[in-house]
Amino acid sequence: MNLSISLTVNGERRDVALDDPRVTLLDLLRERLHLTGTKKGCDRGQCGACTVLVDGRRINSCLTLAASLDGAAVLTIEGVAHGDTLHPVQAAFIAHDGFQCGFCTPGQIMSAIGLIAEGQAGDDPERIREAMSGNLCRCGAYAGITEAVLDAQHTLAAAEKGRAA
Amino acid sequence: MYEFKFHRPATVRQAANLLAKNEDAKLVAGGHTLIPVMKQRLASPPHLVDLSKVENLSGIEMKGRALSIGAMTTHADVAGSPIVGEAIPALAYLAGVIGDPAVRHRGTIGGSLANNDPTADYPAACLALGATIVTNKRRLKAEEFFAGLFTTALESDEIITRVTFPLPKKAAYVKFRNQASRYALVGVFVARRPSDVGVAVTGAGADGVFRVTAFEEALKKRFASKALEGLSVPADGLNADIHGSAEYRAHLIGVLAARAVDAANGK
Repeated sequence: MNLSISLTVNGERRDVALDDPRVTLLDLLRERLHLTGTKKGCDRGQCGACTVLVDGRRINSCLTLAASLDGAAVLTIEGVAHGDTLHPVQAAFIAHDGFQCGFCTPGQIMSAIGLIAEGQAGDDPERIREAMSGNLCRCGAYAGITEAVLDAQHTLAAAEKGRAA
Repeated sequence: MYEFKFHRPATVRQAANLLAKNEDAKLVAGGHTLIPVMKQRLASPPHLVDLSKVENLSGIEMKGRALSIGAMTTHADVAGSPIVGEAIPALAYLAGVIGDPAVRHRGTIGGSLANNDPTADYPAACLALGATIVTNKRRLKAEEFFAGLFTTALESDEIITRVTFPLPKKAAYVKFRNQASRYALVGVFVARRPSDVGVAVTGAGADGVFRVTAFEEALKKRFASKALEGLSVPADGLNADIHGSAEYRAHLIGVLAARAVDAANGK
């Protein structure tokens, strides 16, 4: 069975020959491409620790078979910073204490980046909480996470405005 | 997960042939029910037929006086579609309260209907709006499509290609959701159609989605929440679990139906 796939991961083309169709995107990233920033929490789509962007949309990588993603563009936590310069969402999570143990944080940050790109939440903390509801934090850093998303949203909007001007 | 063979057909015909040829083969759309169930080894299909590369299965368009949604259209696309928002805003709202954003980016309308989870949202919309489920073989009325818990009228080599919804005059969906799973503890979809009223309930029925004809008759005479006063749904045949008794669900159906009528009336 020919199960070769070709993906773009963090801007880099990766050709992968899958020996088993059971490989999820999460396992592909962690075990074959050695991108261990994306975390395995529940492995059944309930916790959001494995959130990555596929073609710009946030998804649970644990529930997606790699074999069905031929041609997709994947963005993981390893791909969001520019060299030593953190992505504004990463910087905001640090500034607002948006984590404690940090295990859910890559998923939270990828989900937040997806949410901001979707442009639906606005300035309403309740809508941000709802839109981040797929990402659980057992340490309970939700207050800091909400503030970080609000703050990063402003930073990114200002940067966007600066570019347009 | 047990081993399986993975197939990536490019057309509906190829997919149907794969289903016909391989006994116990399963279709996978967004995979948000099937993959976790396979990981838990509650299902172990020997063949998976992936629909993600099959052409012409997604998209949203108006066809005459009906809204047509391709089977592989994700919940996020339905929720964010200006066409759905214009034609049946209640349906766009419903799609936007399924699961969480990551789920809505992968889950599909066809997958949800074929699975017919008794707590899924779309079945209520299909039944209340009088939708037609179009397959590679035939057109099925929602009424004849849903056939009990996780059961539909689909044959083993039948594939949903799209769903068409006739436009209602007014409609609304109100959902009382489980706070953790976001599934409907009870969800009520109310639709005032040109010559009919549909009231469909998900989350509550032990046999899955069902219509409440007593409510429909009352609302046909007068489409106002007051028309439902004094009416109730018997608790017999409703689900009971740690989240709510059958009596509680019966009560919720009345409350949510009244709220849905008010919402449909813009109140």
